[in-house]
Amino acid sequence: MQSRALEILVGLFVCLGVAAVFVLTFRVASLENIGGSGQTYRVSGLFQNIGGLKVGSAVTIAGVKIGRVRAIDIDPQTFQARVSLDIAQQYDKIPEDSSAKILTSGLLGDQYIGLEAGGMDEYLKDGSELTLTQSALVIENLIGQFLASQGESKDDKLADALGKLADSLQNKKNSVTPGAHP
Amino acid sequence: MIANLGAVLGNFVAGLGRAQFFLLAILRAVPAALLRPSLIVRQLYMSGVLSLIIIVISGMFIGMVLSLQAHHALVRFGAADSVGVLVALSIIRELGPVVTALLFAGRAGSALAAEIGLMRATDQLSAMEMMAVDPMRHVIAPRFIAGLLAMPILTAIFSVMAIGVVGGHLITVDLLGVDAGSYWSQIRANTDIHDLNQCFIKATVFGAVVSWIAVYQGYHSPPTSEGVSRATTSTVVVSSLSVLAMDFVLTAFMFR
Amino acid sequence: MPPIPQPSAADSATLVRVRGLHFSRGTRKIYDGVDVDIPRGKVTAILGPSGTGKTTLLRIIGGQWRPETGAVEFDGINVHRLGRSELYALRKRMGMLFQNGALLTDLSVYENIAFPLREHTRLPENAIRDIVLMKLEAVGLRGARDLYPEELSGGMSRRVALARAIALDPEMVMYDEPFTGQDPISMGVLMRLIRSLNQSLGITSVIVSHDVDEVLSIADQAYVIANGQVLARGTPDEIRASPLEYVQQFLQGRPDGPVAFHYKARSLRDDLLGSA
Repeated sequence: MQSRALEILVGLFVCLGVAAVFVLTFRVASLENIGGSGQTYRVSGLFQNIGGLKVGSAVTIAGVKIGRVRAIDIDPQTFQARVSLDIAQQYDKIPEDSSAKILTSGLLGDQYIGLEAGGMDEYLKDGSELTLTQSALVIENLIGQFLASQGESKDDKLADALGKLADSLQNKKNSVTPGAHP
Repeated sequence: MIANLGAVLGNFVAGLGRAQFFLLAILRAVPAALLRPSLIVRQLYMSGVLSLIIIVISGMFIGMVLSLQAHHALVRFGAADSVGVLVALSIIRELGPVVTALLFAGRAGSALAAEIGLMRATDQLSAMEMMAVDPMRHVIAPRFIAGLLAMPILTAIFSVMAIGVVGGHLITVDLLGVDAGSYWSQIRANTDIHDLNQCFIKATVFGAVVSWIAVYQGYHSPPTSEGVSRATTSTVVVSSLSVLAMDFVLTAFMFR
Repeated sequence: MPPIPQPSAADSATLVRVRGLHFSRGTRKIYDGVDVDIPRGKVTAILGPSGTGKTTLLRIIGGQWRPETGAVEFDGINVHRLGRSELYALRKRMGMLFQNGALLTDLSVYENIAFPLREHTRLPENAIRDIVLMKLEAVGLRGARDLYPEELSGGMSRRVALARAIALDPEMVMYDEPFTGQDPISMGVLMRLIRSLNQSLGITSVIVSHDVDEVLSIADQAYVIANGQVLARGTPDEIRASPLEYVQQFLQGRPDGPVAFHYKARSLRDDLLGSA
């Protein structure tokens, strides 16, 4: 009833499909799926401004990925951003006074959190808080600071031009970073 | 004129309702059909193996053209290393499942509708019923199951073709001189298992939608040659539109 | 073999009893109170012009379509009161020959006939082979077993379909327009087959047709159905001698009579002169 050639062809087809799935999982997707299924512990920190950081962004030490951003909330008292990080269990000897910076990979790349190891003998564990944090670089704020320092000395054409640039940027990104007027 | 419009609308809604009942009937027939793997294997051949060539070739060319365009844009920012990321993410998240589903609708879906429509027109379905064989179990459900199984497999093959074997890899690494190591490492650093899960969820949903529409159109086509040809056409049109709409809905759900 | 749903309750002479059948498709009334009795072991012909829904009657008897009112009993069992699985069990006791054979196009002749056996029995392969070859021998096509339906002529397809219809040894076979579009030779072959199956195996036969002479020559009794009603019933001779003008027009194929040549219209004179 069932011709053997047909069965063999379908068998080959399925094998090809399975092989393709394997290629996709092992070559394309990063299987070291930190924060997904492996053992992790969670620490958190308060940031003034997280810029473009997102849930799922990488957490690194010295450029090596050790975890992922798990959640981003607003702290109800300070109105700062509370960022929770899942760090792989194998990195359990990170000093408690390590500092966290929001960095950008390349000029236009993704933002991620870079940890810099401190020197204490106590280590980060589940529920620890990172106290030393540095916010993301927000370009409007930079320009704003620059303008403010310029404005104090004297107005000149450069300041004018930068002021216009800042205004236009401000209008564009108003919803993202409110309250950063120069 | 307005009454006419009302009738068209009424027909449309009634057709939607009928399609839901038809889906329920298919799902009821699925367990019985699973007991006959030989029928499913045969349909896997018809809808899967026979679609392989078009899927492989389209995958290659889409990967190639995508990497050319990405390279063209990214090289100005000195980000040629990221070509792989762009290709891999757009293939896995969108183009893989969507293009595969569109090709599947054109290749396998239309053939399915025509085959079932012809079986209806030549009384083969009635003959089965009179032989006390349920065509839902014997004809419709195996084709539906095979479509459901074939789509993820075809999507995986399409994606590998587009990203790896010849498509993106050939153009980016061999033609444009991006380092193979950084091509792959960039892809791996920026693609994760969730992207793949979503790719396969989409592919399976699209497989179900396309095969459902195809068997529905074939089964309910008027038993004339015109009816069969119209069923074939509307299978391709309706399932392509449904795939694109479902893609939007699924993307909105999954990538928040 | 398939289980028999219920023991026979009807009188043994009548296999199928149709009472007060009403059926319409869309707005068109097809049956308006039809009674038909199909005697066991006999050949019954259902005659009528095209479009009177003779095929519909077979589909209603087979339980594919449901009448609005009225009852159809097969061997004392009401066909339309059955659940799905009982209906399917009942259908194993009937065979149906469709107008164009309705062979499964992706299976060979051999597999087409083996199909109902494989579906409904657990016979070993060599037993299935024996049955299939016997059925093919009965219709004279044992040599064509490896052909595919597209390689068969119309008459051969119908003979293969007939072999398939009797594969499960049914008690009744329904023939839907078996002679339409056949050349005289294959018509003769089919007539002889129907007659011999009826005589040698005792299969009850129902033939739906508008080929009057051929059907009346092999039938034991006949019905003439038109306009949703039974116009005449009886033996072929009684039908031929019917006093009804409609029946005579149908039997002799006169172009004009109770069934008018002209489709309903106002008079030609009015049409030509009036609308200018």
